[in-house]
Parts: sequence; structure tokens; C-alpha cells
Amino acid sequence: MKNLTYLKFEFLRTIRNRRFLIFSLIFPLVLFFFVAGANKNLVVDGISFPLYYMTGMAAWGSMTAMLSSGARIAAERQIGWTRQMRITPLSTRNYFAAKTLSGYFMAILSIIALALAGTSLGVRLSAVHWLIMLLLMLVDLIPFAVIGIMLGHLMKVDSLGPLLGGITSLFALLGGAFGPLGQSGFLLKVIKDIPSYWLVQASHTALGSSGWPPAQSWIVIAIWTVAMYRVATRVYRRDTLRV
Amino acid sequence: MTVIEKDRDGIVLKGLTKSFGAVRAVRGIDLTIKPGEIVALLGPNGAGKTTTTDMILGLSRPDKGTVTVFGLSPSDAVKAGDVGGMLQTGTLVQYLNVRELITMVASLYPHPRDVDEVLKQTGIKEFATRSTTKLSGGQTQRVRFAVALVADPDLLVLDEPTAAIDVEGRRDFWTIMREVTAEGKTVIFATHYLEEADSYADRIVVMARGSIVADGPPNEIKARVGRRTIRATLAVADVADLSTITGVSKAERHGEGVTLSCLDVDTSDNALREFLTRYPDARDIEVRGVGLEEAFLELTADDEDDVATEQHHGSSGSTEGWA
Repeated sequence: MKNLTYLKFEFLRTIRNRRFLIFSLIFPLVLFFFVAGANKNLVVDGISFPLYYMTGMAAWGSMTAMLSSGARIAAERQIGWTRQMRITPLSTRNYFAAKTLSGYFMAILSIIALALAGTSLGVRLSAVHWLIMLLLMLVDLIPFAVIGIMLGHLMKVDSLGPLLGGITSLFALLGGAFGPLGQSGFLLKVIKDIPSYWLVQASHTALGSSGWPPAQSWIVIAIWTVAMYRVATRVYRRDTLRV
Repeated sequence: MTVIEKDRDGIVLKGLTKSFGAVRAVRGIDLTIKPGEIVALLGPNGAGKTTTTDMILGLSRPDKGTVTVFGLSPSDAVKAGDVGGMLQTGTLVQYLNVRELITMVASLYPHPRDVDEVLKQTGIKEFATRSTTKLSGGQTQRVRFAVALVADPDLLVLDEPTAAIDVEGRRDFWTIMREVTAEGKTVIFATHYLEEADSYADRIVVMARGSIVADGPPNEIKARVGRRTIRATLAVADVADLSTITGVSKAERHGEGVTLSCLDVDTSDNALREFLTRYPDARDIEVRGVGLEEAFLELTADDEDDVATEQHHGSSGSTEGWA
């Protein structure tokens, strides 16, 4: 993505969308202050509750930000803008790259906002740990970027709005973003196969207590990414063949 | 003209065929457009105009046949920034003002035009800071035109560019269009308005049911599809006498009803005056323009294609005199 002008306007368009801003930034922030503020001194799993909840909310917000690029693709398809872009020299790859990067742009804003909120509630991490947490989260967000692109070609904009709300909430809930679900048993086993679980788990690594993420984390992220990529490619082909 | 100096082929369509399921949208089109030519694709809805322009733009792939744009494949021509298009449907993306939108699109092209110049030329400078979602239909259409133009393309493809705007906006649009095309660009525009094709094209290619049914300079095409008929009820009339009325190409009589066919609006007006002078007791007078669609279908009625008989548009069969 060499075209910085195009990217700049993609970022502008993302940040000017008030709905995205509310769902990926304001909501998680409010919920964080509400819940973590009331449990400032609680410790879960050996991790301070505000830190745990901070990554939970950052996971939720950044996931929403990434999936929102799907809503933008769906909207652009619906109004015929995608076809207009297809008759410019902009390649499909770069079109998606720009959407993904602006998703990341919103996601990073959301993570930074939550980090500041966490700090204000007493979360203290070393610079290295902040960085590791951020990087891990960015990696764990990859499948959501692909899911967004897939949904953007699968759904109409009207049905996608509520669906995205549902999907992000479900992913967030199962991933433990709103609070840990189970410590053992079948449910945890299933949950560990969901990418959002590992997104939330970035906080454990950030604390440095449980070491580097296990192999399972990388495998789950990789499998979801590849699988979703294949579906997205198929859906994209079908969609562009239609015209 | 710069385009011609490049000494390249124009746009060449060879045996172009495209079906969507059972619908044969385009049925074997051969067409060569020279650089610098302004060509109207004229035809009713469903004639295959959009399918054709989509294939020229590389948005859809022909089932059979080839398209070359200045010697390149459509997608290579698009990549090279040689093509600008205004699609039939499409609104502008939101959260940008007009200038930002045009700047963004310009950034995608290898040799774009100056954004300010384009804003000025398309008459959108006055509302350049307005949000893309707060424009009138005519304004939106002009911005969409600017989107196509900022590429500084050698080929402009406009698919029914005035479909969504009122008469006045339509006139404004074509005035700007004329200025722009004075620069020697090759232009292909689809329309179902004969007047538009007549006023702005060097050449009209008439399409009906997926085929080219006529191809020629505007005055020739206009003569073929601009017919009028005068119908009246008349107790006593002589067909031979009716035929002598100036401008009447054909006279028919069925019982008390008479039908006079005229080649175009001017002659039918004159013919009506003369008819009323000769037959002041004519009643129930009706002047009817043969619809474009009907005229097109008649143009194809001679084809052996059996589909013609499926058309329910009452073809009078009186094709002689204007073919």
C-alpha cells in the first residue's frame, strides 16, 4: 500500500463514521470504567481485574473496529462504489489492504484509549509489556480482518449492522472479554479454539506471569485466518462474477 | 489531437457474446471505434448497452469474443489509467467532501489531472467543501463525472450519465461534456434518449435485444427512428389523395380510420396542417411518435430471429418508406 493519499482518506472516512467510533471506542471505554472501576482491587487468575478487563474491552473494541471494515465494504458494494473502484488502477489487493489498515487504525486507537483508561485505574506495565500486549493483540486480530472482508461480500448493509453487533458480542463473551467463563472442562476446551479467547489472553502475556502464548494460540489464529481467507476468496469471486 | 498521435488502435469489439443464465444479454457484437470518436450506444432498456460497456471496462468478462482498448485488454487499459468510467448506478462514498473525494480518486491514477482544474471544469467548485451526501441529483452526477474525468483518460465510458437528473441538469451536463470532449477524447456513452445521442455523438450505434441493429451518423439514425403517425376518423377519403400530402410517406385506410406515416416531427407537423386543410371534417385526430423501443424492434423485425415474434409491441409491419 504505497498510496498514502488514498490511505489518508480511508482513515478519515473511518474516523468520521460516528457509529464506528461509538461501538469500537466509546462503548468499551464506558463499560471499562463502569465495571473495572467498581472492582479496582480484585485479582483474577493472578491478574489484577482492571488489567484483565482492560484487555477484554480492548479486545472487544478492536474486534469491532476490524469487523467494521466489512460493513464499509458492504456499504460500498451496495452503492456501486466498489465497481467504480474496479475501473481505477487500484488493485483488489490494495483495496482490501486499505480497508484492513483502516480497521487496524481504529483498533489501535481503541487499544490506546483503553490503555490510558487502564492506567488511570492503576494498571501498571513496563514499556516492553505494553508493546508485547499490543503486538500480540494486533496479530490475534488478523482473523477478524478476514472475517470482516468475508461478511462484507456476503451480507447486505442493513442486515450486517445488527449481525456485526451480535458477532462481536458473542466472540467477546466467549473469549472472556466480559469476564472469565470457565476455568476447566468442555466449555474452556471449545473456547480455546476461538481466536477472541487468545486476543483476551494477551493480558496474561502482558503481565509476564504465564510466559509466551502457547503453540495452541498461534495454531488457532493461523487456522481461523486460512479458513476464513478461503471462504472470503470464494465469496469475493462469486460476488464479482455476478456483474 | 494527442490521442491520434499515439497511433494506437481504438476500441475493438469482436464477436462479443455474454449471457446471464438463460438471458442472452449480448449476442455477438462487432464494433470498431476510432480514437477521438464520440459514440452513442442507443437502445431501450435490456438492449445490452450496460453489458457491453461493462465488458469494455473489464467489469465483466465476455463468454465469447474479445475487447481491446487502445490495443490493450480492458483490465490492462484500466490499470494504465487510460480509462475513465461513469457507471449507471452508483452514489458517492460518504464522510468526505467533494474536493476530498476527487483528490482521493486522483491519487489512484498514474497521470491524473489537476484537481482544481477538474472541479472548475465540471462546475463543482462552488460546492467543493460540501459533504458528498448533501448534493442534489444533478450535483452528484457532475461529481461522478469529475471522478471519471480526473483520471485524464483517453477513453471515457458513460453509462446513461443523465438517467437520474432533470431536464435542466441534463442540459448542463452535456454542455460540460462538450467542452471536455473538445479535447479529443474517445467517448462511448449509453443512452435511451434519441435527442441526446443526436446532439452529442458523432456516431450512433443502435442496440436492441443484444445486437447492433443500426450504426451510422446521427441524422441517418434519426430519420430511421423518428417517425410519426397521424390517425384520424374520416367518412370519405381517397388513399391515393392522402398519399399526395407533403411529408406523408405512407397512407393507409381501414374502414373509416386513416393512418398517415411521416418520417419525422417536422414533416408530420406540416402534413397534419395540410391534411386538415384538405379534410376539415376529420375527427378523432391522434398524432403519435413511434416509441424508440418500437422503432428499434421494427428495425430488427426483418431478422430471421424468431424472438421478434415474441415481442408484443404491435409492429405495424409498415417498414417500407423509411428503411
